Amino acid sequence: MGAAALRALPWALLLLLGPLLPGQRLQADATRVSEPTWEQPWGEPGGITAAPLATAQEVHPLNKQHHNHSAEGHPKPRKAFPVLGIDYSHVRIPFEISLWILLACLMKMGFHVMSSVSKVVPESCLLIVVGLLVGGLIKAVGEKPPILKSDIFFLFLLPPIILDAGYFLPLRQFTENLGTILIFAVVGTLWNAFFLGGLMYAVCQIGGSGLNHIGLLANLLFGSIISAVDPVAVLAVFEEIHINELLHILVFGESLLNDAVTVVLYHLFEEFANFEQVTIIDMVLGFLSFFVVSLGGVFVGVIYGLIAAFTSRFTSNIRVIEPLFVFLYSYMAYLSAEIFHLSGIMALIASGVVMRPYVEANISHKSHTTIKYFLKMWSSVSETLIFIFLGVSTVAGQHYWNWTFVISTLLFCLIARVLGVLVLTWFINKFRIVKLTPKDQFIIAYGGLRGAIAFSLCYLLDYEHFNMRDMFLTAIITVIFFTVFVQGMTIRPLVDLLAVKKKQETKRSINEEIHTQFLDHLLTGIEDICGHYGHHHWKDKLNRFNKKYVKKCLIAGERSKEPQLIAFYHKMEMKQAIELVESGGLGKIPSTISAVSIQNISPKTLPDSNALSALSKDKEDEIRKILRSNLQKTRQRLRSYNRHTLVADPYEDVWNQMLMKRQKMQQAELQNAYLTVPANRIDSPTMSRARIGSDPLAYEPKPDSENLPIITIDPASPQSPESMDLSNEVPKGCGGLPPSPEEDEEGLVMRPKEPSSPGTDDVFTPGTSDSPSSQRMLRCLSDPGPRQEPEEGEPFIPKGQ
Amino acid sequence: MGSAQSVPPEMRALAERTGFTSEQIEQLHRRFKQLNHNRKTIRKEDFDTIPDLEFNPIRARIVHAFFDKRNLRKAPAGLAEEINFEDFLTIMSYFRPIEMDMDEERLESFRKEKLKFLFHMYDADYDGIITLQEYKNVLDELMSGNPHLEKESLRAIAEGAMLEAASACMARTGPDEVYEGITFEDFLKVWKGIDIETKMHVRFLTMEAIAHCY
Repeated sequence: MGAAALRALPWALLLLLGPLLPGQRLQADATRVSEPTWEQPWGEPGGITAAPLATAQEVHPLNKQHHNHSAEGHPKPRKAFPVLGIDYSHVRIPFEISLWILLACLMKMGFHVMSSVSKVVPESCLLIVVGLLVGGLIKAVGEKPPILKSDIFFLFLLPPIILDAGYFLPLRQFTENLGTILIFAVVGTLWNAFFLGGLMYAVCQIGGSGLNHIGLLANLLFGSIISAVDPVAVLAVFEEIHINELLHILVFGESLLNDAVTVVLYHLFEEFANFEQVTIIDMVLGFLSFFVVSLGGVFVGVIYGLIAAFTSRFTSNIRVIEPLFVFLYSYMAYLSAEIFHLSGIMALIASGVVMRPYVEANISHKSHTTIKYFLKMWSSVSETLIFIFLGVSTVAGQHYWNWTFVISTLLFCLIARVLGVLVLTWFINKFRIVKLTPKDQFIIAYGGLRGAIAFSLCYLLDYEHFNMRDMFLTAIITVIFFTVFVQGMTIRPLVDLLAVKKKQETKRSINEEIHTQFLDHLLTGIEDICGHYGHHHWKDKLNRFNKKYVKKCLIAGERSKEPQLIAFYHKMEMKQAIELVESGGLGKIPSTISAVSIQNISPKTLPDSNALSALSKDKEDEIRKILRSNLQKTRQRLRSYNRHTLVADPYEDVWNQMLMKRQKMQQAELQNAYLTVPANRIDSPTMSRARIGSDPLAYEPKPDSENLPIITIDPASPQSPESMDLSNEVPKGCGGLPPSPEEDEEGLVMRPKEPSSPGTDDVFTPGTSDSPSSQRMLRCLSDPGPRQEPEEGEPFIPKGQ
Repeated sequence: MGSAQSVPPEMRALAERTGFTSEQIEQLHRRFKQLNHNRKTIRKEDFDTIPDLEFNPIRARIVHAFFDKRNLRKAPAGLAEEINFEDFLTIMSYFRPIEMDMDEERLESFRKEKLKFLFHMYDADYDGIITLQEYKNVLDELMSGNPHLEKESLRAIAEGAMLEAASACMARTGPDEVYEGITFEDFLKVWKGIDIETKMHVRFLTMEAIAHCY
């Protein structure tokens, strides 16, 4: 019942929107003053049709009159003071924007409710259909539906999607396959453009009167617009089919990197179309400009990325605006690249990739979550809006249907893609270790979807110079519809039919991490022994350089020296802790206890048996059980990119309460137990881990006498944890381990290992002001280990994300 | 290319056994001669002459692996004193990339070989089991660049990793049964999800830049 109501809601909203959407220009003057770009998108509205607006118009002049009256003091018949007035023009633009976005979100919600449909039809198709419907509705009412303006698309709708993709790009697979991706992106797109342009020219020549006037350059321009694989469409479709990472990164990487080619070709042909003749010099310049555009874009992105990383180094006191830095710097990179006609997409990707490892090391956990959520939210909404607008623009735009042109475009597009992929793969396989099978090739060819970028580029064309723009638009829309609908819908069953390898749902484990690092070093070593300066050799050199110089500049404090493995381990621990909280783990020992415990592994290696005896046996067991369950709970591997699944939030309120209770309990304990410090400390790190688990906020080891930096857990503020404003601090503080109530009785028996005195006063000492890390947010759980000098590891590839 | 007398006459047999092509064997032979300074065999000390290997935290293990008799398929335990070219090739053959025409069976045995090589690198005492202590040693070496790194954290990580492996591999056992360590079968299980055959390889094809050792 609820579902039915939910389903009805979007449609109801649509009906509501119909009359309201077309621009009601009450006070035309007032709105003309506002930003010009916003005026156009909504097209030329007709007259005012809806009833409520009539009253608005009445009221407004009334107000005016009233003012005149008071200002000039003319004796006029007094009207009643308008208790309730309507002034729509005032908020018109933001109101309409919000309505559109709301429509997009409701549609998304609706599709997930109607899960039966969305299983078969990819979301992008449904959204286009909705757009068509909305457009049709608007037209039926008599208004002119808005068209997707290129400015809005390129400046506001596209960047979030690209940033989301770039920031969470799985760098390891990307760099491993970079050669392949580049060849597909550059050579493939060039091939597509020229092949298609040339063939279309031939078609135009023989196509009859309607087409004869279209020159070669115009056709080449058309070819270059439509040849580029669209990242938005690829993302939208590939997301849902969960294909294996290699194919995903190949097609997706291609769609990202071909932007440079598209930009160059587009500008090139646009310029050339005005020339009478194209000389060799022009062609050489065009060729050069490709390098300028792509490398320049990357350069701009890298600069902004480094600046962002550097800025994030100092944000330890103002955690709240950290996400903003990431977004703003990336967006500025995009805009700056666009100023110089460089590839904005590449700039955006480059900045995201460069800033990520350093920013992630500097910012708090909450900021990290915020960034992730915001990026996914924006990109999700953007994508929805784009597809809806594609639908609406189809209805709204002027079309010129020419059977020959459209059908031959479609045909040649497909042929070009297939041929291109086949030939290039044959070439690439000579150099690849993991060859691309025919199945892979088919998916790559089939996944070459076209989307809104092609549409917007065409829309940008100047009508005077390209009077066949409408025909181009029609053809492009047809191709887009075909690829999104037909290819998008059929790719999922095809993937199943061909038994293409799907994404492996492996859980990132500490073992895997260790082995991967080990393997990297091994392979580097073998390469050195062979005397072969290969892939691993250079990667290793880059890592060493990064560790030695770059990390020191860009990462705040001691974290710059933290080895990769340790950081990963801490991240994992924290994730487990969060999951434990989610499952309501306070006080409960989960039932899924495996039989393996530390005792089973290594009965001989537990140190200091006399230290252990200070602890009662069952306490030990309980602690071990908790540890076991911690380590064996299913860990969500944070996929590099998945729109619909994010790590769930820890239940912050419950957690806060738990922590507060713990604090109170511990303080009480502390008073009692102050004088009963045992002589021996428990050294086993597993014990200390459990201890830390019980005591996330209070634990603070005294700095070592040698002043080794220590990882501390502390809430954002340096105040004493004893203060009862814990509720303020805790939300800013991030995931500590949930307390386990068994520890209470121990109090101080199980102390975490400290380099110096075993004094209990450390626990609640607010003396964080002297510790260098005092201001820092909990980003990773502590093991009581000082972080130290540079070590190997891959900074650019944050494992476990 | 390459004079006939510089390449051992059993080259064809070698090529068959190790799976390298003749060009690859020639290139490796050249490298072998660089390393052994024109003697017939290599010893451990010769590996010290490679400059880039210094930075590698696990170089001792890698060098060790070259002389490990298990890898050389000569004996179930022990270290060889020196290796000749044939042995060199045998070790290198563990790092061959996979070929398209391999069938399932060959791929499986290929994979197992590579994993066995890795296993031997972890298992230093030849008992066929990776115990917690050995694991810790591996971690120590991996992190050996950080002299002041707290031993506790490494121990914690090692124990955590062992717990993981143990839980994955063991059925329900009582609290008193001791899990000795990771056996080769368990090791295989840990690596199940990862295609080692695509990762553990060195590109022998394009060896243009041959580094010189001093």
